[in-house]
Amino acid sequence: MNVLFLSRLQFATATMFHFLFVPLTLGLSILVAVMETKYARTGDEVYLKMTKFWGKLFLINFAVGIVTGITLEFQFGTNWSRYSAFVGDIFGSLLAIEATAAFFLESTLIGVWVFGWKKLSRKAHATVMWFIAGASNLSALWILIANSWMQHPVGYVIKNGRAELNDFAAVVFQPWALLEFSHVVSAAVILSSFFVMGVSAYHLLKKQHLDFFKRSFRIALAFGLVFSILEVVEGHIHAADVAKMQPAKLAAMESHWETTTYAPKYLFAIPDEKNERNAVEILPIPGLLSLLATHSLSGEVKGLKDFPRDERPPVFISYISFNLMVALGFYFALMTIIGWFKRNRLAESPGYLKLMLFSIPLPYLANELGWVLAEVGRQPWIVYGVMKTPNAVSPIATSQVLTSFLAFILVYGLLGAVGFYLIVRNARRGPETA
Amino acid sequence: MALQNVWFFLWGLLWAVYFLTDGFDLGLGSLLPFIAKTEEEKRIVYNAMGPLWDGNEVWLITAGGVTFAAFPLVYAVMFSSFYSALMLILFALIIRGVSFEFRGKIESPGWKRIWDTTLFLGSLLPAILFGAAFANIFRGIPIDQQGVYHGTLLTLLNPYGLLGGVLFLLLFLVHGAIWLAIRSEGAIHERAGGTARKLWPLLLVVAVVFLIASKFATNLYANYLAHPTLFIVILITVLALLGTRVFLAKRNYWKAWFSSALTIVGATFFGVIGLFPNMFPSSLNPAYSLTAHNASSSPLTLKIMLIVVLIFVPIVLIYQIWAYHLFKGKVTEEDLAYEEAY
Repeated sequence: MNVLFLSRLQFATATMFHFLFVPLTLGLSILVAVMETKYARTGDEVYLKMTKFWGKLFLINFAVGIVTGITLEFQFGTNWSRYSAFVGDIFGSLLAIEATAAFFLESTLIGVWVFGWKKLSRKAHATVMWFIAGASNLSALWILIANSWMQHPVGYVIKNGRAELNDFAAVVFQPWALLEFSHVVSAAVILSSFFVMGVSAYHLLKKQHLDFFKRSFRIALAFGLVFSILEVVEGHIHAADVAKMQPAKLAAMESHWETTTYAPKYLFAIPDEKNERNAVEILPIPGLLSLLATHSLSGEVKGLKDFPRDERPPVFISYISFNLMVALGFYFALMTIIGWFKRNRLAESPGYLKLMLFSIPLPYLANELGWVLAEVGRQPWIVYGVMKTPNAVSPIATSQVLTSFLAFILVYGLLGAVGFYLIVRNARRGPETA
Repeated sequence: MALQNVWFFLWGLLWAVYFLTDGFDLGLGSLLPFIAKTEEEKRIVYNAMGPLWDGNEVWLITAGGVTFAAFPLVYAVMFSSFYSALMLILFALIIRGVSFEFRGKIESPGWKRIWDTTLFLGSLLPAILFGAAFANIFRGIPIDQQGVYHGTLLTLLNPYGLLGGVLFLLLFLVHGAIWLAIRSEGAIHERAGGTARKLWPLLLVVAVVFLIASKFATNLYANYLAHPTLFIVILITVLALLGTRVFLAKRNYWKAWFSSALTIVGATFFGVIGLFPNMFPSSLNPAYSLTAHNASSSPLTLKIMLIVVLIFVPIVLIYQIWAYHLFKGKVTEEDLAYEEAY
């Protein structure tokens, strides 16, 4: 138990917990905006009820997401002060831009949306929701540009003992950031649509509020279908980019040990890190890994053995999180394609509805796995190729970090329990019947 | 150099705006158990700040973010030095933030009591700790050449630091009570105005003691003595504090609130001006102090961030003022009957 280990554990806990709430904020804000726009256009009261019902779940989720996000910005200073001093010139400005250009708008307007039903016209009120959705996603864009810089640092020089900005546009417009943003936002929309479809399935199975939940389901299905197919395509491009930019991460997530051409992809393997091999390898598809990573069967894929031991990310975690995430990604696409064919006879498909109800947690899992891969797979670097994680930690007392870590577990545990309890309770209760 | 000085001023301004905006809802949260007698009155307190507290809190995120962007070394050293105090503030803000949303979701007095308590503690702690933290910065922090902090949480709880905590708390309590008077009617309106009037003499005494104590505990007056025209800032602050009382007596709560807001901004700038160019002075050796000139970002980053701030902060102000304008009226029964109301 040292400061480094505890700080990593604490940051992982805090970010992963925060990210249980972020995707639903990003995606559901769009879905609620769609519903409210339909209401503003048609005046159909069902859409108003939909806006209010899904809006209420959105708000509970939003509250927990906001408060857990606040701690993150400050943890760079508290626990990673050497990192902060080293990269503040670039990384700090991206966080500051996020707050001024996006987070402000989102937080100010949420109050207006909640309390402004009678103070604003129908159209103005719906527009406010679009601004909230836009600002939330813009907020995500800046945060992901910042994370992308840790994954693939560009536009900087090492000067005065730190990384200094020398090309702002290169940082903001780098392709990695664009890929990461589309990946995360698509994942958020998938999670939100599975959330709406799952809750709707619950009520459809109980044969209550049929019209209301059929409509909700279909709106979510349209988004879920488009984005889960997009995600499969984008995920592939993303992985090919990782192969080029972070070859050690690619080798770890594929548990690929020897540098080879015509590298096969095993549908199942168990890495054995100690002996630098896979304990089990079955169902190889010849050349597939080369094809996926380099777009050529004869492409060379670097193996883990080509990297010094102390520059390899943890293989087992990277491998499991990547493959499970990919499998889930295909599952989401499959389920929404099936849903598309059943969209007009949902109430008559109890088996499918049950599956969708129990699928609610899966996109949450996939979202978390994606971040585990992104962050664990980048190790031992905190800024890829530039700064190692052990050099980033604050010179503070272990007891302080241990205390705060325990407090995080306690407070977040209670917060999560209450937050999800309220979401489930309100989701089960269904729309107001009045 | 010029750019760094501009940024030093902006840094102070952002903290001042944070204290001015979030100050009233932190104060109001700390007053909740004393000022609201019935469930309906409690809901008036919640809804008086309900639409605005979230946007207010982003000024903290912005102040923190701008510290990170413009003065990374200050951000790194300040927040790791204040580790335990900052964690306490953050946890307080967490339980406070969810109180608004969670409280009304279950109709049970016990449930509501839990979130009333968390709102109270979550407002009281940051109010005191922010004051204590800034007073300690004015006083100097035991940091060495490497920016390593040689102290504990208790180091911050010295008499001058505590005095700063009490001063901030009183500023926020008065500010919050006035806001409640603006947004309520009837018995609670009277009580809110009365509370502000009763707390004011206490605030005056603590403010005067703080000004005197600063002479002995800090170096803040050096800049003022070198440039005596700067004393005008202190004068304006004191006048604003007196003006608050005058408007309170006249029951002119909007003017009282603006006066109180000016007092908070003035109090922050009293310290910020006194500090210049220090941002995080070392009490071990002045040479170890972090200043606007030795802890800033590169000129390019400062320039880009200046453009960003000059474009976006005015836009933020426009839509926040619009939001304040929307919710400036009294909280009515109709507002409370709202499904979404807190």
